[in-house]
Amino acid sequence: MRALTTIQSRFVPINIENIDTDQIIPARFLKATTKDGFGKNLFRDWRYENDDESKKIAHFPLNMSQFDGEILVAGKNFGCGSSREHAAWSILDYGFRVVVSSFFADIFRNNALNNGVLPVQVSDAFLQRIFLQDNNTELTVDLEKQIITINSTGEQEHFEINRYKKTCLLNGYDDIDYLLSIKKEIQQFETQRV
Amino acid sequence: MGKTLFEKIWEKHIVKTIDDGPSVLYIDTHFIHEVTSPQAFTGLNKRGIKVFRPQQVVATADHNVPTLNQHLPIKEELSRKQVEALINNCAEHGIELYGLGHPFQGIVHVIGPELGITQPGMTIVCGDSHTSTHGAFGTIAFGIGTSEVEMVFASQCLLQSRPKLMRINVDGVLHKGVVSKDIVLYILSKITASGATGYAVEFAGSAIRSLSMEARMTICNMSIEMGGRCGLIAPDEITFKYIKGRKFAPQGADWDKKMAEWKQLYSDGDASFDKEIFINAEDIQPMITYGTNPGMGIGISENIPTTETINENDRSGLSKSLAYMGLQPGSPIKGQKIDYVFIGSCTNSRIEDLRMVASFVKGKKKADNVEVWVVPGSKQVETQAIQEGIDKIFEEAGFMLRQPGCSACLGMNEDKIPAGKYCISTSNRNFEGRQGAGARTLLASPLTAAAAAITGEVTDVRELLN
Repeated sequence: MRALTTIQSRFVPINIENIDTDQIIPARFLKATTKDGFGKNLFRDWRYENDDESKKIAHFPLNMSQFDGEILVAGKNFGCGSSREHAAWSILDYGFRVVVSSFFADIFRNNALNNGVLPVQVSDAFLQRIFLQDNNTELTVDLEKQIITINSTGEQEHFEINRYKKTCLLNGYDDIDYLLSIKKEIQQFETQRV
Repeated sequence: MGKTLFEKIWEKHIVKTIDDGPSVLYIDTHFIHEVTSPQAFTGLNKRGIKVFRPQQVVATADHNVPTLNQHLPIKEELSRKQVEALINNCAEHGIELYGLGHPFQGIVHVIGPELGITQPGMTIVCGDSHTSTHGAFGTIAFGIGTSEVEMVFASQCLLQSRPKLMRINVDGVLHKGVVSKDIVLYILSKITASGATGYAVEFAGSAIRSLSMEARMTICNMSIEMGGRCGLIAPDEITFKYIKGRKFAPQGADWDKKMAEWKQLYSDGDASFDKEIFINAEDIQPMITYGTNPGMGIGISENIPTTETINENDRSGLSKSLAYMGLQPGSPIKGQKIDYVFIGSCTNSRIEDLRMVASFVKGKKKADNVEVWVVPGSKQVETQAIQEGIDKIFEEAGFMLRQPGCSACLGMNEDKIPAGKYCISTSNRNFEGRQGAGARTLLASPLTAAAAAITGEVTDVRELLN
């Protein structure tokens, strides 16, 4: 997993609530046996008319040349629905490292963290402030300090992250390394509980 | 102070807790299927390690399988490769696979319970959000991502933070024509699609206690649609009777020992919950969804909400949702013409669901304008339906009984609903494109779906019941 410390970037706004993982990556693209290449199908059915790559839906932010950056900003309850980790893979593969929303679905939050994508949960009010900014505005997400800043105005908000997950993300560690390191304790647990 | 059902199970499975971090949760049973496991096996191979406890893993192929002509090779190349990868990975790691052609094959959340693998007090995970289904037996069961599948392969454990606890009490007697699917769609319409995010949800109350295991599974299945980490129901005599004698159920002295443990699995009278909700079963009528998340549901006799009448959570999405669905705010849902009926999925494809539909449609014929697919949840359900003559009833009604799989629930395999068409579906999600790009899904109970199949439009099943 790639480490993540501070991301300073412009952002892509998708001001829609309850974005489910079927929209992030439709089920027909889940047939791969590797983790690569999902980015081109991110939000597939919101990007193209009738699944036709030559027919871009002009008003969808991913198709609007004025929006760019490593930060995706979306409405509340982002990532609800299916547990497909392909949603996190497609977001990462497209080039996003941070998703900002005022609420995240549980499984998506874990999947994102396990792939080096940082979910930043902000207040509804702060989220609306971000949506009001113009397309040249940059955001800074400082994981160490747990602060997100709207650079043009200097507005800031603190965000929460589990301390263990923060350490993992700052260093690029993953959970499996940790679990393998305590295998003896797991075996001992198995013996004791029988 | 007393403990909740969730706490009793959780505490027995904690290997250790990281300071100021998550707990290491031991997993009893790990179900896998072809879609969310291949990258996890690749991850293990890259690390040069094997599955730690292969005897605690059970595999089946369900998402990508065709539901006709299952004896033939899968036509679609990528689907076939994914199923083949599962076969090879299971063989390499010594995992039991109930694949295509096996008498136990079926939707992972149908076969676990029907084989007696799912037992009270367990922790159960699967790379599938509807793993919450198994909570109907008094288990902590939840969906995980592929990285977590790899973690469980590697260590039989997961790093998890304890969720908050919610109890939803449903008391009273259900009206005729109202079934468990209506209960859960009603709850969703009240608390919305994010109402339980961050919570483990225990379902309790006299209306829940009166339900069969199949009906309880339908409710726990959709606890993820509220955003819940898991849903669970305390096991009781109905649970024990369901499990007894099943293929992998405990036997003899082992059964007695397990029964003693299982009877302790309930929330103590003085246990406390972070949130508690009370629902009167008599307030519930047959439910149907009109929008593009499962919280957008109404009673069948109600009108589609307007921006003034809808809850705050769904207000901003209402017009986008109704534009997708081709429906008008403020108009009745009853009488809406439909094109397809799908009876199946891990929510409603068990033998009891098929029996309920069969007893309703017996002697009736489907409307000419609809195509009706009934997809059994497993090979065992299919076999039983045929033994009971349910297949004949469906044939006479013009319903097509297909072979087991996830089918038209998720627009991944060959079974898709065409763009713009209306499908009344017993599945769990009405997201845009869920049943196929552009498909319009109306979620409902098997009874309401069957009624629509007969009339060709959204119908109040109570008007057709004697």
